[in-house]
Amino acid sequence: MFIQLVVSGVAIGAIYALVAIGFTLLWQASRTVNFAQGDFITVSAVLMFILVCLGVPFVWALIATVAMASLLLGYVVKRGVIQPLINRSQTTLIVATIALSFLASNSIGTFWSAQCKAFPRIFGMLPYKFGSIVLSRQHVWTIVIAIALILALNLFIQRTKPGKAMQAVAQNRDAARVLGINIDRVTTMVFVMNAVLVAFAAMLIAPVYMLRYDMGAALGLKAFYSATIGGFNQVRGALLGGFLVGIIETFSSAYLSTEYREVFVLAVLIAVILIRKEGLLGTEER
Amino acid sequence: MAKRTNRKLTIGRFVRWAIFLGVILCVPLIFGGNRYHMYVATLIGVYIITIMGLNLTLGYTGQISLGHAAFMGLGAYTVALMTLNGYSFWLALPLGALISFVAGLILGLPSLRVKHHYLALVTLGFGTVVYLLLSNEYEITGGFSGLPGIPRPHFFGIDLSSDIAFYFLVAGFLVLLTVVGLWILNSRWGRAFQAIRENDMRAEMVGVSLLAYKLLAFAIGAAYAGIAGGLLAPLMKFIDPTSFPVHESFWFLIMLVIGGSGRFEGAFIGAIVVMLLPEFLRGTQQLFFVIFAAITLLLLIFWPTGLAGLSDVFFRRVLQRTPPRLTK
Repeated sequence: MFIQLVVSGVAIGAIYALVAIGFTLLWQASRTVNFAQGDFITVSAVLMFILVCLGVPFVWALIATVAMASLLLGYVVKRGVIQPLINRSQTTLIVATIALSFLASNSIGTFWSAQCKAFPRIFGMLPYKFGSIVLSRQHVWTIVIAIALILALNLFIQRTKPGKAMQAVAQNRDAARVLGINIDRVTTMVFVMNAVLVAFAAMLIAPVYMLRYDMGAALGLKAFYSATIGGFNQVRGALLGGFLVGIIETFSSAYLSTEYREVFVLAVLIAVILIRKEGLLGTEER
Repeated sequence: MAKRTNRKLTIGRFVRWAIFLGVILCVPLIFGGNRYHMYVATLIGVYIITIMGLNLTLGYTGQISLGHAAFMGLGAYTVALMTLNGYSFWLALPLGALISFVAGLILGLPSLRVKHHYLALVTLGFGTVVYLLLSNEYEITGGFSGLPGIPRPHFFGIDLSSDIAFYFLVAGFLVLLTVVGLWILNSRWGRAFQAIRENDMRAEMVGVSLLAYKLLAFAIGAAYAGIAGGLLAPLMKFIDPTSFPVHESFWFLIMLVIGGSGRFEGAFIGAIVVMLLPEFLRGTQQLFFVIFAAITLLLLIFWPTGLAGLSDVFFRRVLQRTPPRLTK
């Protein structure tokens, strides 16, 4: 029981971590707090669901979803909404992403369906058995895929030139501009990367949750909590925060109270803000 | 500077007050016969009060609150529970406002020490927690069955239970809170709030205590929502947790931006337009969410002063003023 809880906590935490990493990347590149992050998941999940229902093989559906998400949630959102507002106050950006969230979720509810839909189980139903331990296939594959993605992302950021440009922009925009980095292009790239992460998170979460136009709100909030607990300006902070939130949530709903599991996460969040305002692994921002 | 502009715009202010009071008086004359119309008019009044509070917090001090629905819920449940247990509305309403005010202080204190997106996050979490408490603590709040039969108050022996009388009660509070809001904004506090919004570092440099004023602006905004909630409960006569869901706060934000954030008329215009348009046009509520969210984005990008900014163009043309300045 204990091990199964850990695994399911880590699996859900891995998804939060993916979404939270996207969150921190956006924050670092453009000082955008993306309140529409959860609805980006819904949009991707709905796109994938439609493709799968049309009979597209799963792998192709995934590739197409990633491509569409990159275009729509990455490029179009960045160019159309964030770009014109980027030099305004941070409050304006937050209000804009909230409006975007409202627009995305309610468009799905109005123009697609306001009903719950069951997403197909892509990893199969049979659990893995290791002696007395029974692990859900979904959980195991979620953890494997999420970790693979995070490692790939890390390699990209550490080893490649665009990745290093991202780091430079995150550390100091002015200095990066002086060094000849095209900040605009880097920011757009980060938005596209966030869309890719979100599309994968959608693939992993959709079979667990029911697909519904407003499913994103809770997910986005958890990712936001994760990023804040771990540290808003650190990728590894978001990673740690995601796993922490997943585990706290799983254990508190198993042992304490299902109704109030969100309250426990929030309590941890407030404690972290009070004790260390940058988050567990975050660093002081100028 | 501030004083001079005030005198300059005296005619504009007079016209606005005349329109404001005129509309309040005309509504029951025109729609008094229709219960539903009076209900919508009263509801708009309640929402204007909430958005006015949000405007103090967001429009004038630049802090995001995503907990305004929850503050409203605190006020509404305080009034509902107290009046159902025989206490006077006139005791319950100030208490509801006070509870919201204190909740605002408690929420603001940890989050205002740090960057302002934490405030957005903490208020959002607060909205979730209040919703969960209202739904799950059914022994007190009635859970999802809600609290039916909330009585409408008396005012010095006058029974306010008819729709028109209750409309005037809400209108009275609206006028009172408008005067209070304008007074706050023209006082030292208000100027400090606006200094913080424009540039908080500079404001601190000239001696504005950032934490104290931010906290004050946030808590006053919360108290406005508490009062609005306290009026909403007897208006609806029935409340349940779904009257105060988390996304309602997002909706308030959209109303404010459409009306004009940081403009006093913004709250009025936003609430009226956003509430009335769906009454005239047909369509599902969700479709209007889509439309208004899209309008909000367009306004943010192209016309940040909202519809109040548009009315400005009108007033300034008429009164031969300078062209409107698009603020941040």
